[in-house]
Amino acid sequence: MQYKDYYKTLGVARDASQDEIKRAYRKLARKYHPDVSKESDAEARFKEINEANEVLHDPEKRAAYDALGSGWRAGQDFRPPPGGGRRGNYRFDADDVGDFSDFFSSIFGRAFGGAEPPRRRGQDQTVRIALDLDEAYRGVTRQVRVESSGNARTLKVRIPAGVTQGRQIRLAGQGGAGLGGGPAGDLYLEVELKPHPHFTPDGRDIHLRLPLAPWEAALGAAVSVPTLGGTVSLKIPPGSQSGQRLRLKGRGLPGDPPGDTLVTLEIQAPPATTEAARRAYRKLAEQLDFNPRADLGV
Amino acid sequence: MQQLERIFEGIVLDEGLSLSLVELCVLCDAEHHLIECMVAEGLLNPCGSLPAEWRFDGIAVRRARRAVRLRHDLDLNLAGTALALDLLEENERLRERLQVLEQHLGAPGTPR
Repeated sequence: MQYKDYYKTLGVARDASQDEIKRAYRKLARKYHPDVSKESDAEARFKEINEANEVLHDPEKRAAYDALGSGWRAGQDFRPPPGGGRRGNYRFDADDVGDFSDFFSSIFGRAFGGAEPPRRRGQDQTVRIALDLDEAYRGVTRQVRVESSGNARTLKVRIPAGVTQGRQIRLAGQGGAGLGGGPAGDLYLEVELKPHPHFTPDGRDIHLRLPLAPWEAALGAAVSVPTLGGTVSLKIPPGSQSGQRLRLKGRGLPGDPPGDTLVTLEIQAPPATTEAARRAYRKLAEQLDFNPRADLGV
Repeated sequence: MQQLERIFEGIVLDEGLSLSLVELCVLCDAEHHLIECMVAEGLLNPCGSLPAEWRFDGIAVRRARRAVRLRHDLDLNLAGTALALDLLEENERLRERLQVLEQHLGAPGTPR
């Protein structure tokens, strides 16, 4: 088992006052709270912070922890001294004390001092899963690793088609184990959509920037457009401009109703790298009376 | 090993879900009174006028669960919880909008 440096976890000196410990804990709890933080390991960090606070905010537990000595380094191999630690007589304030580390239990004993704990439902757990947009569109089966009270297990979970950014999926009874014969908590999977090179999701809608040649925009055209469900043909009306938006109804993420694909047109000028291209541009300039800066008054 | 072979299917917490007050309380591990206070605070907006008629969608489940945890873990009162949730959700919406805009304008430092 590894030694845990609770002072380091909270970022305070060994002689920090109770007020300093409280301030440090509050600040870190706000920063790493799983409902606030975007860090992937926020839940684990928050648990570590809670464990450190559970020990350091209580003068009795802090004294027992300090009695181990100050020569330890975080992560160092630790074996509890024989007969060390006053087990079973501490008051436990945190709700998730059952999920605290073996190091914690070796010093303070298990909550309830080895007696049968009262019947209590297990903790709910939240695991973030990163999905490609294609996986969100079609649905996918994923292996999800869940850790509870030091035990890891892997579940195979079917993610239905059409999940959106931040959406949660509840798996009843697959969270932390219950205490005293209580039911297990629930597992919540929180979807995080990975960035896609062309598509940007906005709820069930999908945004796509579509490059067009100037003549396609000016004269109108039928062009091929990629969507999550495959390539479709889109009619570009004559006289289209950059920034104009066209809607492909029902071509977004599936659902009730399904999302749309919103195509934003972007006219791209062909490069004038050959004499023929330069000639064509010069001819265009001669024949069209066009000032793109007229609105600016210049 | 057996667990690997079973494929679990969960419930997506989305707009299509419809839960009663009792069901929401179970999912949030919260007392009725706390949920009623959240409704009074405007933190949750169920369909229906009386608590017995209230229906909550999946979005409300996530919001209520976050509210319960934030309130407990950060020692917030309900008004503070509501404010924190509004700001967190606004932040999430703005991040999504920023992603869309970055795609349209090209992300900073990247050629379009």
